[in-house]
Amino acid sequence: MPKKYLVFMVQVHVNFRRAELESLADLYKLDSINFKDYKEDSPFFIVELDNDQQAKDWIKRSILTRGIYEYWGQGITYDELHSDIRAGNNFEDYKSCYKNSTFKFEFDCYGGSSSGKLDRVACIESFKYLEFEGKIRMKNPDEVFTVIEEYEPINDNVAGEKPLRVFFGRLVQRSDRFCGALEKYDLKKRPYKGTTSFEAELSLVSANIAQVKAGTIMYDPFAGTGSFLVAGGHYGAAVIGSDIDGRMIRGKGSQTIRANFRKYGESLQFIDVLTMDFTHNALRSNLVIDTILCDPPYGIRESIKVLGAKDPEKFAGKENVEINGLKAYLHRDYIPTKKPYSLDALLDDLLQFASERLPLDGRLAFWMPVANDENIETVIPMHRNLELKYNCVQEFNKWSRRLLVYINRGSEYNGPTNAGLERSSNFRDRYFKGFN
Amino acid sequence: MKFLTTNFLKCSVKECDRSNDNFPLRYNGEKCQLEQDESIEFNPEFLLRIIDRVDWDAVLSVASDLGNSSLPPKKPIFESEQLSDEDMVILRDLHTLLIQTNIIEGEMTCKNCGHIYYIKNSIPNLLLPPHLA
Repeated sequence: MPKKYLVFMVQVHVNFRRAELESLADLYKLDSINFKDYKEDSPFFIVELDNDQQAKDWIKRSILTRGIYEYWGQGITYDELHSDIRAGNNFEDYKSCYKNSTFKFEFDCYGGSSSGKLDRVACIESFKYLEFEGKIRMKNPDEVFTVIEEYEPINDNVAGEKPLRVFFGRLVQRSDRFCGALEKYDLKKRPYKGTTSFEAELSLVSANIAQVKAGTIMYDPFAGTGSFLVAGGHYGAAVIGSDIDGRMIRGKGSQTIRANFRKYGESLQFIDVLTMDFTHNALRSNLVIDTILCDPPYGIRESIKVLGAKDPEKFAGKENVEINGLKAYLHRDYIPTKKPYSLDALLDDLLQFASERLPLDGRLAFWMPVANDENIETVIPMHRNLELKYNCVQEFNKWSRRLLVYINRGSEYNGPTNAGLERSSNFRDRYFKGFN
Repeated sequence: MKFLTTNFLKCSVKECDRSNDNFPLRYNGEKCQLEQDESIEFNPEFLLRIIDRVDWDAVLSVASDLGNSSLPPKKPIFESEQLSDEDMVILRDLHTLLIQTNIIEGEMTCKNCGHIYYIKNSIPNLLLPPHLA
Protein backbone atom coordinates (compact mmCIF):
# COMPACT_ATOMS: atom_id res chain seq x y z
CA MET A 1 0.00 0.00 0.00
CA PRO A 2 1.70 3.27 -1.04
CA LYS A 3 1.94 5.99 1.60
CA LYS A 4 2.15 9.74 1.33
CA TYR A 5 5.48 11.45 1.93
CA LEU A 6 6.32 15.12 2.22
CA VAL A 7 9.49 16.33 0.51
CA PHE A 8 10.79 19.58 2.03
CA MET A 9 13.04 21.30 -0.50
CA VAL A 10 15.17 24.45 -0.62
CA GLN A 11 14.19 27.42 -2.78
CA VAL A 12 17.63 27.84 -4.35
CA HIS A 13 18.81 26.74 -7.79
CA VAL A 14 15.20 25.92 -8.54
CA ASN A 15 16.09 25.34 -12.20
CA PHE A 16 18.12 22.32 -11.09
CA ARG A 17 15.86 20.98 -8.37
CA ARG A 18 13.44 18.88 -10.34
CA ALA A 19 16.27 17.48 -12.49
CA GLU A 20 18.03 16.37 -9.31
CA LEU A 21 14.92 14.75 -7.84
CA GLU A 22 14.07 13.01 -11.12
CA SER A 23 17.63 11.79 -11.64
CA LEU A 24 17.89 10.37 -8.13
CA ALA A 25 14.47 8.72 -8.49
CA ASP A 26 15.59 7.18 -11.77
CA LEU A 27 18.90 6.08 -10.25
CA TYR A 28 17.03 4.08 -7.57
CA LYS A 29 14.40 2.92 -10.08
CA LEU A 30 11.57 4.73 -8.31
CA ASP A 31 9.62 5.10 -11.51
CA SER A 32 6.23 5.53 -9.84
CA ILE A 33 6.91 9.05 -8.52
CA ASN A 34 4.40 11.43 -10.00
CA PHE A 35 5.62 15.00 -10.46
CA LYS A 36 2.22 16.50 -11.27
CA ASP A 37 2.01 18.25 -7.88
CA TYR A 38 5.58 19.52 -8.03
CA LYS A 39 5.73 23.33 -8.08
CA GLU A 40 8.83 25.43 -8.67
CA ASP A 41 7.65 28.18 -6.32
CA SER A 42 6.95 25.90 -3.38
CA PRO A 43 9.40 24.08 -1.11
CA PHE A 44 6.81 21.37 -0.44
CA PHE A 45 6.03 18.38 -2.60
CA ILE A 46 3.75 15.53 -1.56
CA VAL A 47 4.33 12.17 -3.26
CA GLU A 48 3.34 8.54 -2.85
CA LEU A 49 6.00 5.91 -2.26
CA ASP A 50 5.83 2.23 -1.37
CA ASN A 51 7.90 2.40 1.78
CA ASP A 52 10.48 4.27 3.86
CA GLN A 53 13.38 2.58 2.10
CA GLN A 54 12.37 4.18 -1.19
CA ALA A 55 12.15 7.56 0.52
CA LYS A 56 15.60 7.08 2.07
CA ASP A 57 17.23 6.04 -1.20
CA TRP A 58 15.67 8.93 -3.03
CA ILE A 59 16.58 11.79 -0.69
CA LYS A 60 19.81 10.60 0.98
CA ARG A 61 22.02 12.11 -1.76
CA SER A 62 19.93 15.16 -2.49
CA ILE A 63 21.51 18.60 -2.25
CA LEU A 64 18.46 20.70 -3.13
CA THR A 65 16.11 19.23 -0.53
CA ARG A 66 16.18 19.31 3.24
CA GLY A 67 14.50 16.02 3.97
CA ILE A 68 11.61 13.67 3.45
CA TYR A 69 8.87 12.94 5.97
CA GLU A 70 6.09 10.42 6.31
CA TYR A 71 3.12 12.71 5.73
CA TRP A 72 0.54 12.80 8.53
CA GLY A 73 -1.44 15.91 7.70
CA GLN A 74 -1.61 19.66 7.12
CA GLY A 75 -3.83 22.65 7.91
CA ILE A 76 -4.08 26.39 7.68
CA THR A 77 -4.35 26.53 11.47
CA TYR A 78 -3.22 24.10 14.15
CA ASP A 79 -6.85 23.11 14.76
CA GLU A 80 -7.20 22.21 11.12
CA LEU A 81 -3.89 20.35 11.23
CA HIS A 82 -5.03 18.24 14.17
CA SER A 83 -8.32 17.31 12.57
CA ASP A 84 -6.55 16.51 9.28
CA ILE A 85 -4.09 14.22 11.09
CA ARG A 86 -6.93 12.41 12.91
CA ALA A 87 -8.88 12.02 9.68
CA GLY A 88 -5.85 10.51 7.87
CA ASN A 89 -6.32 7.02 6.41
CA ASN A 90 -3.27 5.68 8.20
CA PHE A 91 -3.81 7.50 11.49
CA GLU A 92 -4.61 4.42 13.60
CA ASP A 93 -1.78 2.43 12.02
CA TYR A 94 0.73 5.21 12.60
CA LYS A 95 -0.42 5.66 16.20
CA SER A 96 0.04 2.03 17.09
CA CYS A 97 3.27 1.69 15.12
CA TYR A 98 5.08 4.42 17.10
CA LYS A 99 3.24 3.97 20.40
CA ASN A 100 6.30 2.72 22.26
CA SER A 101 9.10 4.33 20.27
CA THR A 102 11.38 6.87 21.90
CA PHE A 103 10.81 10.18 20.17
CA LYS A 104 11.24 13.89 20.02
CA PHE A 105 9.54 16.81 18.33
CA GLU A 106 11.28 19.23 16.01
CA PHE A 107 10.09 22.53 14.61
CA ASP A 108 11.01 23.73 11.18
CA CYS A 109 9.73 26.50 8.99
CA TYR A 110 9.91 28.13 5.60
CA GLY A 111 9.60 31.81 4.69
CA GLY A 112 9.33 33.15 8.19
CA SER A 113 9.57 32.05 11.76
CA SER A 114 7.38 31.78 14.77
CA SER A 115 10.35 32.22 17.11
CA GLY A 116 9.11 33.59 20.38
CA LYS A 117 5.49 33.59 19.35
CA LEU A 118 4.87 29.86 19.44
CA ASP A 119 4.77 28.17 22.83
CA ARG A 120 6.50 24.96 21.80
CA VAL A 121 5.66 23.01 24.90
CA ALA A 122 1.99 23.89 24.57
CA CYS A 123 2.19 23.05 20.88
CA ILE A 124 3.63 19.62 21.63
CA GLU A 125 0.96 19.11 24.32
CA SER A 126 -1.70 19.77 21.70
CA PHE A 127 -0.61 16.53 19.97
CA LYS A 128 -1.45 14.42 23.04
CA TYR A 129 -4.18 12.62 21.12
CA LEU A 130 -1.36 10.72 19.39
CA GLU A 131 -1.08 8.83 22.68
CA PHE A 132 2.65 8.17 22.39
CA GLU A 133 3.82 6.22 25.41
CA GLY A 134 7.52 6.00 24.56
CA LYS A 135 10.18 8.08 26.31
CA ILE A 136 11.08 11.50 25.02
CA ARG A 137 14.73 11.43 24.05
CA MET A 138 16.53 14.47 22.70
CA LYS A 139 19.58 12.45 21.60
CA ASN A 140 19.13 9.59 19.10
CA PRO A 141 15.41 9.02 19.51
CA ASP A 142 13.83 6.22 17.47
CA GLU A 143 11.58 8.72 15.73
CA VAL A 144 11.60 12.47 15.07
CA PHE A 145 8.22 14.08 14.56
CA THR A 146 8.34 17.41 12.81
CA VAL A 147 6.07 20.41 12.68
CA ILE A 148 6.81 22.51 9.59
CA GLU A 149 5.27 25.96 9.37
CA GLU A 150 5.07 27.72 6.02
CA TYR A 151 4.98 31.51 5.99
CA GLU A 152 4.52 33.91 3.16
CA PRO A 153 7.73 35.95 3.00
CA ILE A 154 7.08 39.69 2.69
CA ASN A 155 9.95 39.88 0.22
CA ASP A 156 13.25 38.16 -0.44
CA ASN A 157 14.85 39.65 2.65
CA VAL A 158 11.96 40.08 5.06
CA ALA A 159 10.45 37.05 6.71
CA GLY A 160 6.70 36.64 6.79
CA GLU A 161 4.70 36.81 9.98
CA LYS A 162 1.53 35.09 8.94
CA PRO A 163 1.67 31.30 8.74
CA LEU A 164 0.08 29.96 5.57
CA ARG A 165 0.11 26.28 6.39
CA VAL A 166 1.36 23.83 8.95
CA PHE A 167 2.54 20.32 8.09
CA PHE A 168 3.13 17.41 10.41
CA GLY A 169 5.12 14.29 9.67
CA ARG A 170 7.64 11.74 10.81
CA LEU A 171 11.21 12.27 9.64
CA VAL A 172 12.37 9.50 7.32
CA GLN A 173 15.58 10.85 5.79
CA ARG A 174 17.56 14.05 6.00
CA SER A 175 19.23 15.10 2.76
CA ASP A 176 22.95 15.18 2.03
CA ARG A 177 22.72 18.97 2.23
CA PHE A 178 21.27 18.79 5.69
CA CYS A 179 23.96 16.30 6.76
CA GLY A 180 26.79 18.73 6.08
CA ALA A 181 27.89 18.10 2.48
CA LEU A 182 28.08 21.82 1.66
CA GLU A 183 30.24 22.61 4.68
CA LYS A 184 32.48 19.61 4.08
CA TYR A 185 33.23 20.58 0.48
CA ASP A 186 33.20 24.35 0.98
CA LEU A 187 35.91 25.81 -1.24
CA LYS A 188 37.08 28.07 1.57
CA LYS A 189 38.21 25.01 3.51
CA ARG A 190 39.67 23.10 0.57
CA PRO A 191 43.48 22.71 0.64
CA TYR A 192 43.96 22.95 -3.13
CA LYS A 193 41.77 25.18 -5.24
CA GLY A 194 42.16 27.75 -8.00
CA THR A 195 40.35 30.53 -9.78
CA THR A 196 38.45 27.99 -11.89
CA SER A 197 37.37 25.77 -8.98
CA PHE A 198 33.67 25.03 -9.11
CA GLU A 199 31.60 25.71 -6.00
CA ALA A 200 30.57 22.78 -3.84
CA GLU A 201 26.80 23.07 -4.08
CA LEU A 202 26.34 22.98 -7.84
CA SER A 203 29.16 20.51 -8.39
CA LEU A 204 27.39 18.04 -6.06
CA VAL A 205 24.06 18.76 -7.76
CA SER A 206 25.76 18.13 -11.12
CA ALA A 207 27.05 14.77 -9.88
CA ASN A 208 23.54 13.84 -8.78
CA ILE A 209 21.95 14.81 -12.08
CA ALA A 210 24.74 12.94 -13.88
CA GLN A 211 23.88 9.91 -11.69
CA VAL A 212 27.44 9.23 -10.55
CA LYS A 213 27.33 5.79 -8.90
CA ALA A 214 29.46 4.06 -6.28
CA GLY A 215 32.07 1.69 -7.67
CA THR A 216 31.82 3.01 -11.24
CA ILE A 217 34.25 5.10 -13.26
CA MET A 218 33.76 8.84 -13.66
CA TYR A 219 35.95 10.91 -15.95
CA ASP A 220 36.47 14.67 -16.10
CA PRO A 221 38.42 15.60 -19.27
CA PHE A 222 38.90 19.22 -18.10
CA ALA A 223 39.75 18.47 -14.50
CA GLY A 224 41.58 21.70 -13.56
CA THR A 225 41.81 21.71 -9.77
CA GLY A 226 39.53 18.68 -9.55
CA SER A 227 36.22 20.16 -8.35
CA PHE A 228 34.08 17.61 -10.17
CA LEU A 229 36.40 14.77 -9.25
CA VAL A 230 35.76 15.62 -5.61
CA ALA A 231 31.99 15.67 -6.20
CA GLY A 232 32.12 12.30 -7.99
CA GLY A 233 34.32 10.84 -5.27
CA HIS A 234 31.81 11.93 -2.66
CA TYR A 235 29.23 9.68 -4.28
CA GLY A 236 31.64 6.74 -4.35
CA ALA A 237 32.89 6.67 -7.95
CA ALA A 238 36.46 5.94 -8.96
CA VAL A 239 37.42 9.22 -10.54
CA ILE A 240 39.92 9.99 -13.29
CA GLY A 241 40.71 13.47 -14.53
CA SER A 242 42.82 14.94 -17.27
CA ASP A 243 43.82 18.41 -18.33
CA ILE A 244 46.01 19.77 -21.10
CA ASP A 245 47.49 22.18 -18.56
CA GLY A 246 49.74 20.15 -16.28
CA ARG A 247 50.21 23.02 -13.83
CA MET A 248 46.58 22.99 -12.76
CA ILE A 249 46.35 19.30 -11.96
CA ARG A 250 49.81 19.23 -10.36
CA GLY A 251 49.06 21.77 -7.64
CA LYS A 252 51.74 23.30 -5.49
CA GLY A 253 53.73 21.60 -2.75
CA SER A 254 51.30 20.01 -0.34
CA GLN A 255 48.34 21.62 -2.08
CA THR A 256 47.28 18.97 -4.56
CA ILE A 257 44.14 17.23 -5.76
CA ARG A 258 45.35 14.13 -3.96
CA ALA A 259 45.59 16.14 -0.73
CA ASN A 260 41.98 17.27 -1.15
CA PHE A 261 40.84 13.65 -1.32
CA ARG A 262 42.96 12.79 1.70
CA LYS A 263 41.38 15.60 3.69
CA TYR A 264 37.91 14.35 2.81
CA GLY A 265 38.82 10.78 3.80
CA GLU A 266 38.14 9.65 0.23
CA SER A 267 41.63 8.78 -1.06
CA LEU A 268 40.38 5.47 -2.38
CA GLN A 269 38.04 7.23 -4.80
CA PHE A 270 40.80 9.19 -6.49
CA ILE A 271 42.46 7.18 -9.24
CA ASP A 272 44.64 9.69 -11.08
CA VAL A 273 44.92 12.90 -13.01
CA LEU A 274 46.74 12.88 -16.34
CA THR A 275 48.39 15.65 -18.30
CA MET A 276 46.63 14.98 -21.57
CA ASP A 277 44.88 16.71 -24.43
CA PHE A 278 41.32 15.39 -24.31
CA THR A 279 41.19 15.37 -28.13
CA HIS A 280 44.27 13.12 -28.21
CA ASN A 281 42.97 10.72 -25.63
CA ALA A 282 45.10 7.99 -24.11
CA LEU A 283 42.36 6.17 -22.18
CA ARG A 284 42.12 2.81 -23.94
CA SER A 285 39.13 2.67 -26.28
CA ASN A 286 37.46 -0.35 -24.66
CA LEU A 287 37.51 1.10 -21.15
CA VAL A 288 33.90 1.73 -20.18
CA ILE A 289 33.48 5.16 -18.60
CA ASP A 290 30.17 5.24 -16.73
CA THR A 291 29.85 9.00 -16.35
CA ILE A 292 31.50 12.04 -17.87
CA LEU A 293 31.11 15.21 -15.81
CA CYS A 294 32.99 18.42 -16.55
CA ASP A 295 33.17 22.16 -16.97
CA PRO A 296 34.92 22.67 -20.31
CA PRO A 297 37.14 25.75 -20.72
CA TYR A 298 35.14 28.70 -22.00
CA GLY A 299 38.23 30.41 -23.20
CA ILE A 300 37.85 33.22 -20.67
CA ARG A 301 40.81 32.70 -18.37
CA GLU A 302 42.89 31.20 -21.10
CA SER A 303 42.11 30.51 -24.74
CA ILE A 304 41.05 26.98 -25.66
CA LYS A 305 43.94 24.93 -26.97
CA VAL A 306 44.67 21.48 -28.27
CA LEU A 307 47.88 19.79 -29.34
CA GLY A 308 49.39 20.76 -32.67
CA ALA A 309 51.15 23.69 -34.32
CA LYS A 310 49.25 26.87 -35.06
CA ASP A 311 51.69 27.52 -37.88
CA PRO A 312 52.77 24.05 -39.09
CA GLU A 313 55.38 25.49 -41.44
CA LYS A 314 57.32 26.84 -38.51
CA PHE A 315 57.59 23.34 -37.09
CA ALA A 316 58.37 21.54 -40.36
CA GLY A 317 61.34 19.27 -39.83
CA LYS A 318 61.63 20.07 -36.10
CA GLU A 319 60.94 16.41 -35.33
CA ASN A 320 64.42 15.65 -36.59
CA VAL A 321 66.21 17.94 -34.16
CA GLU A 322 68.40 16.02 -31.75
CA ILE A 323 69.79 17.05 -28.39
CA ASN A 324 72.60 14.91 -26.95
CA GLY A 325 71.83 12.16 -29.44
CA LEU A 326 68.15 11.95 -28.54
CA LYS A 327 65.30 13.45 -30.51
CA ALA A 328 64.34 16.75 -28.89
CA TYR A 329 60.69 15.74 -28.56
CA LEU A 330 61.65 12.62 -26.57
CA HIS A 331 63.36 14.58 -23.79
CA ARG A 332 61.80 14.58 -20.36
CA ASP A 333 61.44 18.35 -20.26
CA TYR A 334 60.13 18.79 -23.82
CA ILE A 335 57.10 21.08 -23.96
CA PRO A 336 54.84 20.44 -26.95
CA THR A 337 53.30 23.34 -28.81
CA LYS A 338 49.54 23.90 -28.77
CA LYS A 339 47.14 25.55 -31.18
CA PRO A 340 43.88 27.46 -30.64
CA TYR A 341 40.63 25.55 -30.91
CA SER A 342 36.99 26.64 -30.86
CA LEU A 343 34.52 25.88 -28.08
CA ASP A 344 32.10 24.48 -30.65
CA ALA A 345 34.65 22.02 -31.98
CA LEU A 346 35.67 21.03 -28.46
CA LEU A 347 32.05 20.32 -27.48
CA ASP A 348 31.51 18.34 -30.71
CA ASP A 349 34.52 16.22 -29.74
CA LEU A 350 33.16 15.81 -26.22
CA LEU A 351 29.78 14.54 -27.46
CA GLN A 352 31.45 12.19 -29.92
CA PHE A 353 33.75 10.84 -27.19
CA ALA A 354 30.76 10.33 -24.85
CA SER A 355 28.87 8.44 -27.55
CA GLU A 356 31.85 6.10 -27.98
CA ARG A 357 32.76 5.53 -24.34
CA LEU A 358 29.60 5.68 -22.23
CA PRO A 359 27.55 2.53 -21.70
CA LEU A 360 23.94 2.61 -22.91
CA ASP A 361 21.98 4.94 -20.60
CA GLY A 362 25.22 6.39 -19.24
CA ARG A 363 25.24 10.14 -18.74
CA LEU A 364 27.37 13.01 -19.99
CA ALA A 365 26.93 16.26 -18.05
CA PHE A 366 28.80 19.48 -18.69
CA TRP A 367 28.50 23.22 -18.19
CA MET A 368 28.21 25.59 -21.14
CA PRO A 369 28.33 29.39 -21.03
CA VAL A 370 25.76 31.45 -22.92
CA ALA A 371 25.59 35.21 -23.47
CA ASN A 372 22.16 36.70 -22.73
CA ASP A 373 22.76 40.11 -24.19
CA GLU A 374 21.75 39.65 -27.78
CA ASN A 375 18.66 38.05 -29.13
CA ILE A 376 20.58 35.16 -30.51
CA GLU A 377 19.00 31.79 -30.07
CA THR A 378 21.10 29.52 -27.89
CA VAL A 379 22.03 26.47 -29.88
CA ILE A 380 22.64 23.38 -27.79
CA PRO A 381 25.14 20.91 -29.26
CA MET A 382 23.46 17.68 -30.31
CA HIS A 383 24.73 14.24 -31.26
CA ARG A 384 22.69 11.58 -33.02
CA ASN A 385 23.31 8.95 -30.32
CA LEU A 386 22.70 11.23 -27.34
CA GLU A 387 19.38 12.30 -25.90
CA LEU A 388 19.46 15.77 -24.36
CA LYS A 389 17.79 15.08 -21.02
CA TYR A 390 18.29 18.34 -19.11
CA ASN A 391 19.19 21.91 -19.90
CA CYS A 392 19.32 23.70 -16.54
CA VAL A 393 20.10 27.41 -16.58
CA GLN A 394 21.95 29.41 -13.94
CA GLU A 395 21.44 33.11 -14.68
CA PHE A 396 24.07 35.76 -14.03
CA ASN A 397 23.81 39.40 -14.92
CA LYS A 398 24.76 39.44 -18.58
CA TRP A 399 25.47 35.82 -19.16
CA SER A 400 24.31 32.48 -17.98
CA ARG A 401 25.64 29.00 -17.84
CA ARG A 402 23.80 25.81 -18.41
CA LEU A 403 24.23 22.31 -17.16
CA LEU A 404 23.58 20.12 -20.19
CA VAL A 405 22.89 16.48 -19.44
CA TYR A 406 22.78 13.81 -22.15
CA ILE A 407 21.94 10.13 -22.05
CA ASN A 408 23.70 7.73 -24.38
CA ARG A 409 20.96 5.94 -26.34
CA GLY A 410 23.26 4.19 -28.79
CA SER A 411 23.44 4.20 -32.57
CA GLU A 412 19.79 3.16 -32.98
CA TYR A 413 18.61 6.44 -31.46
CA ASN A 414 19.15 8.58 -34.54
CA GLY A 415 18.50 11.92 -32.88
CA PRO A 416 19.13 15.35 -34.39
CA THR A 417 22.71 16.49 -34.78
CA ASN A 418 24.37 19.85 -35.34
CA ALA A 419 28.03 18.83 -35.22
CA GLY A 420 30.34 21.04 -37.20
CA LEU A 421 28.10 24.11 -37.01
CA GLU A 422 29.19 27.36 -35.45
CA ARG A 423 26.90 27.76 -32.45
CA SER A 424 28.39 29.75 -29.62
CA SER A 425 28.87 33.06 -31.52
CA ASN A 426 32.21 33.64 -29.87
CA PHE A 427 31.39 33.78 -26.19
CA ARG A 428 34.92 34.76 -25.23
CA ASP A 429 35.10 37.93 -27.33
CA ARG A 430 31.72 39.09 -26.13
CA TYR A 431 32.56 38.34 -22.50
CA PHE A 432 35.54 40.68 -22.71
CA LYS A 433 33.52 43.37 -24.46
CA GLY A 434 31.10 43.33 -21.55
CA PHE A 435 28.24 41.92 -23.62
CA ASN A 436 26.81 45.34 -24.59
CA MET B 1 50.32 7.39 -11.00
CA LYS B 2 48.67 4.28 -9.63
CA PHE B 3 49.52 0.88 -11.02
CA LEU B 4 45.81 0.64 -11.85
CA THR B 5 46.11 3.55 -14.26
CA THR B 6 48.70 1.65 -16.36
CA ASN B 7 45.73 -0.57 -17.16
CA PHE B 8 43.81 2.33 -18.68
CA LEU B 9 46.50 4.07 -20.75
CA LYS B 10 47.29 3.49 -24.40
CA CYS B 11 49.46 5.57 -26.70
CA SER B 12 47.90 8.99 -27.50
CA VAL B 13 48.98 8.80 -31.15
CA LYS B 14 45.84 8.17 -33.20
CA GLU B 15 47.59 6.13 -35.89
CA CYS B 16 48.63 3.61 -33.24
CA ASP B 17 44.96 2.74 -32.63
CA ARG B 18 45.17 0.65 -35.78
CA SER B 19 47.87 -1.56 -34.29
CA ASN B 20 47.47 -4.03 -31.44
CA ASP B 21 50.64 -2.81 -29.79
CA ASN B 22 49.51 0.53 -28.36
CA PHE B 23 48.27 -0.98 -25.09
CA PRO B 24 49.58 -1.46 -22.51
CA LEU B 25 52.56 0.83 -22.76
CA ARG B 26 55.94 -0.67 -21.93
CA TYR B 27 57.32 0.53 -18.61
CA ASN B 28 61.02 1.00 -18.19
CA GLY B 29 61.66 -0.90 -14.97
CA GLU B 30 65.05 0.67 -14.37
CA LYS B 31 63.72 4.20 -14.62
CA CYS B 32 60.44 3.69 -12.74
CA GLN B 33 60.52 4.74 -9.14
CA LEU B 34 57.77 3.10 -7.07
CA GLU B 35 56.22 4.16 -3.81
CA GLN B 36 53.57 2.51 -1.63
CA ASP B 37 50.78 4.65 -0.26
CA GLU B 38 49.58 2.55 2.63
CA SER B 39 47.17 5.20 3.83
CA ILE B 40 44.64 4.26 1.14
CA GLU B 41 42.05 2.14 2.86
CA PHE B 42 41.10 -1.36 1.68
CA ASN B 43 37.52 -1.72 0.47
CA PRO B 44 36.85 -5.18 -1.02
CA GLU B 45 33.51 -4.17 -2.55
CA PHE B 46 34.98 -1.19 -4.39
CA LEU B 47 37.98 -3.23 -5.50
CA LEU B 48 35.84 -6.04 -6.90
CA ARG B 49 34.04 -3.61 -9.16
CA ILE B 50 37.31 -2.10 -10.32
CA ILE B 51 38.85 -5.52 -10.99
CA ASP B 52 35.88 -6.14 -13.29
CA ARG B 53 37.22 -3.38 -15.54
CA VAL B 54 40.80 -4.56 -15.49
CA ASP B 55 42.50 -6.15 -18.48
CA TRP B 56 44.47 -8.93 -16.79
CA ASP B 57 46.97 -9.52 -19.60
CA ALA B 58 47.93 -5.87 -19.30
CA VAL B 59 48.33 -6.21 -15.53
CA LEU B 60 50.72 -9.13 -16.13
CA SER B 61 52.63 -7.23 -18.79
CA VAL B 62 53.18 -4.10 -16.69
CA ALA B 63 53.92 -6.09 -13.52
CA SER B 64 56.57 -8.00 -15.40
CA ASP B 65 58.05 -4.73 -16.77
CA LEU B 66 58.34 -3.60 -13.17
CA GLY B 67 59.91 -6.88 -12.01
CA ASN B 68 56.91 -8.67 -10.53
CA SER B 69 56.24 -12.05 -12.12
CA SER B 70 54.41 -13.68 -9.23
CA LEU B 71 50.86 -12.94 -10.37
CA PRO B 72 48.43 -15.71 -11.35
CA PRO B 73 48.23 -16.14 -15.16
CA LYS B 74 44.42 -15.77 -15.14
CA LYS B 75 42.32 -13.03 -13.56
CA PRO B 76 41.14 -14.30 -10.15
CA ILE B 77 37.40 -14.93 -9.97
CA PHE B 78 35.45 -14.08 -6.85
CA GLU B 79 32.01 -15.13 -5.72
CA SER B 80 31.14 -11.65 -4.62
CA GLU B 81 28.28 -12.88 -2.38
CA GLN B 82 30.54 -14.69 0.03
CA LEU B 83 34.20 -13.85 0.11
CA SER B 84 36.35 -16.56 1.67
CA ASP B 85 39.44 -15.84 3.76
CA GLU B 86 41.49 -16.93 0.78
CA ASP B 87 39.66 -14.44 -1.45
CA MET B 88 40.41 -11.68 1.04
CA VAL B 89 44.12 -12.47 0.94
CA ILE B 90 44.11 -12.21 -2.86
CA LEU B 91 42.07 -9.00 -2.76
CA ARG B 92 44.44 -7.43 -0.26
CA ASP B 93 47.37 -8.26 -2.52
CA LEU B 94 45.56 -6.72 -5.47
CA HIS B 95 44.75 -3.64 -3.41
CA THR B 96 48.45 -3.28 -2.61
CA LEU B 97 49.40 -3.69 -6.25
CA LEU B 98 46.67 -1.79 -8.10
CA ILE B 99 45.71 0.96 -5.66
CA GLN B 100 48.60 1.47 -3.25
CA THR B 101 51.49 1.17 -5.69
CA ASN B 102 52.40 4.47 -7.29
CA ILE B 103 54.88 5.15 -10.05
CA ILE B 104 56.19 8.53 -8.98
CA GLU B 105 58.87 8.93 -11.64
CA GLY B 106 59.29 6.89 -14.77
CA GLU B 107 59.15 6.26 -18.47
CA MET B 108 56.71 4.40 -20.65
CA THR B 109 56.99 3.62 -24.33
CA CYS B 110 54.49 2.77 -27.04
CA LYS B 111 55.36 -0.67 -28.43
CA ASN B 112 54.05 0.40 -31.82
CA CYS B 113 55.52 3.85 -32.51
CA GLY B 114 58.22 3.95 -29.85
CA HIS B 115 57.14 7.32 -28.46
CA ILE B 116 58.37 7.87 -24.90
CA TYR B 117 56.04 9.31 -22.25
CA TYR B 118 57.27 10.47 -18.87
CA ILE B 119 55.77 10.24 -15.40
CA LYS B 120 56.78 13.19 -13.25
CA ASN B 121 55.67 13.80 -9.67
CA SER B 122 53.26 10.87 -10.00
CA ILE B 123 51.51 12.47 -12.99
CA PRO B 124 51.88 10.93 -16.44
CA ASN B 125 52.33 13.33 -19.33
CA LEU B 126 50.56 12.09 -22.45
CA LEU B 127 50.99 15.20 -24.60
CA LEU B 128 52.40 14.82 -28.11
CA PRO B 129 54.76 16.84 -30.33
CA PRO B 130 53.06 18.47 -33.34
CA HIS B 131 54.25 15.88 -35.87
CA LEU B 132 52.49 13.12 -33.89
CA ALA B 133 49.37 15.11 -32.95
